[in-house]
Amino acid sequence: MLKTKVAARLGTLDLDVAVDATPGEIVAVLGPNGAGKSTFLRAVSGLVPLDRGRVELDGVVLEDASGGIRVPPERRPIGVVFQDYLLFPHLSALENVAFGLRARGMTARQARDRAGSWLDRLGVSECADSRPLTLSGGQAQRVALARALAIDPRVLLLDEPLAALDASARGTVRRDLRRHLASFAGIRIVVTHDPLEAVTLADRLVILESGRVVQTGSSAEVTQRPRSRYVADLVGVNLFRGVATAGHVALPGGAVVHSADGVDGDVFATIHPRAVALHRTRPEGSPRNVWHGRASALDVQGDRVRVGVEGEMRIVAEITPAAVRDLGLAEGGEVWVSVKATEISVYPA
Amino acid sequence: MSSERPPVPFVVLAAIGVAFVVMPLVGLLSRAPWQTAVGDLGTPEAATALRLSIVVSLAATALALGLGVPLAWVYARVAFPGRDIVRALTTLPMILPPVVGGVALLFAFGRRGLFGPALDAIGIRLPFTTAGAILAATFVAMPFLVLTVEAGLRSMDRRYEDAARTLGAGRWLVFRRVTLPLIAPSVFAGAVLCWARALGEFGATITFAGNLPGTTQTLPLAVYIALETRPEVAIMLSLVLLAVALAILVVMRDRFLRAL
Repeated sequence: MLKTKVAARLGTLDLDVAVDATPGEIVAVLGPNGAGKSTFLRAVSGLVPLDRGRVELDGVVLEDASGGIRVPPERRPIGVVFQDYLLFPHLSALENVAFGLRARGMTARQARDRAGSWLDRLGVSECADSRPLTLSGGQAQRVALARALAIDPRVLLLDEPLAALDASARGTVRRDLRRHLASFAGIRIVVTHDPLEAVTLADRLVILESGRVVQTGSSAEVTQRPRSRYVADLVGVNLFRGVATAGHVALPGGAVVHSADGVDGDVFATIHPRAVALHRTRPEGSPRNVWHGRASALDVQGDRVRVGVEGEMRIVAEITPAAVRDLGLAEGGEVWVSVKATEISVYPA
Repeated sequence: MSSERPPVPFVVLAAIGVAFVVMPLVGLLSRAPWQTAVGDLGTPEAATALRLSIVVSLAATALALGLGVPLAWVYARVAFPGRDIVRALTTLPMILPPVVGGVALLFAFGRRGLFGPALDAIGIRLPFTTAGAILAATFVAMPFLVLTVEAGLRSMDRRYEDAARTLGAGRWLVFRRVTLPLIAPSVFAGAVLCWARALGEFGATITFAGNLPGTTQTLPLAVYIALETRPEVAIMLSLVLLAVALAILVVMRDRFLRAL
């Protein structure tokens, strides 16, 4: 088990996170650019010293800022697949994979044999003598993976493993990567800014924003109950934070949302854009959540139109192009918004 | 490329600039005694100076590599207080008049210099020896290597070093197997520049090491002496140095022939 508490300041970044990982799961650290994902990974691998905190693997302390313990990166049983892969350009693919084995004292011949079998295992033995610059993105990734795995690490860290690939190659490489990750028995942590990559590769997500963990859980948990604007935007739902009392959620802007969920206190409320109805006049009948506003943005997405509404509260609705026509909606036009109480999901913050 | 006509004064001054540099070379070539070329270069003093120059310049380059590459690494990678001042000091010989360098060397390592007696006591004599000539050449030529290698270290992608460390390589192994190969072009360029400067060294050598044929009389010194007595030998030796310079220009064309 890997236990980390990492605090480090680097330029404007103030990173302070605690992330644990066990061999049974693949953890994705997901967050926007500049959230501190790569710094976290570099700190765990020992490339960035901790200001505070500790890194512990299977009960062995690799680093403890207060205890003055710091195992250098070359002595940590951690393999890293870097962003852009960073294959040594002056060495062949085989020599790249053999590098770590040689550094760990293996003879040249043994190292070449082992490196060869790793390339074979990852299906890139035909690239053995190629220079990294001549490899395709997918081949380079496998060589990088072989290089990281060849040293027999107990932890495998991957930094944006698909970012260097063009979109057309990404799907296949992602599938391959998932398979190779599944066959590695150690601890696996993938750092990424791409939610699709995180959801498809990992069992558990750790959401990092501005150097802090804002949420952690399975992809289902995270997407159903977003706890930050970043995740809500990724998932595409409306997220509000307010104080709930007996089914009334008071939002900071003054608006009140009525919900069927019986949670009290500091809460998050999410509303799916498809559950938001738009009207030309004030709607009659059952919906208790009715607000008045102006359409601020119309955004066509496939066969749906996402309409941003500004007013008492900002909300995004998703309706059909036909509905847009019927409503005579245009940017800046007045509109009434309604949401059924049963369509609002409320959970503790 | 602009197709607009350049202003006439610029063209005229530029042409004068070219002529100013090229005319001496033409003068040298026009007076070259081609018929006796082989004989002139084969004279004992010319052959001796040629051999000595090769030894001195190569030894100086080797010494500069051995000291200069680590020095460049420290400048590029270690932020110590006063780094800029130390770097300025070690760059000084590049812009210092070489004769001043020679005088300085004399008062440091000469028999009556600050460190001379101490060196003498352990049996090392530098002035008026080949070792002294090598030292003088290294003194003036090493900054070229240090600056070039430091620039290479600063512009390389250091993440390759990080990758090597996570693979289990200690700092020395990283330097040897990753850093050095990646900056090899800079080391090569620095070494060539350094060698060229060492080959042409005159002022510091004659001041500190003297002008002893076979011991400290390198090509430039031999050219200067021969000009008085056998000008045709001086011309031929000059042409040898010119040919070397041209060869370096070709080898380093990426550095010199392309606009910055």
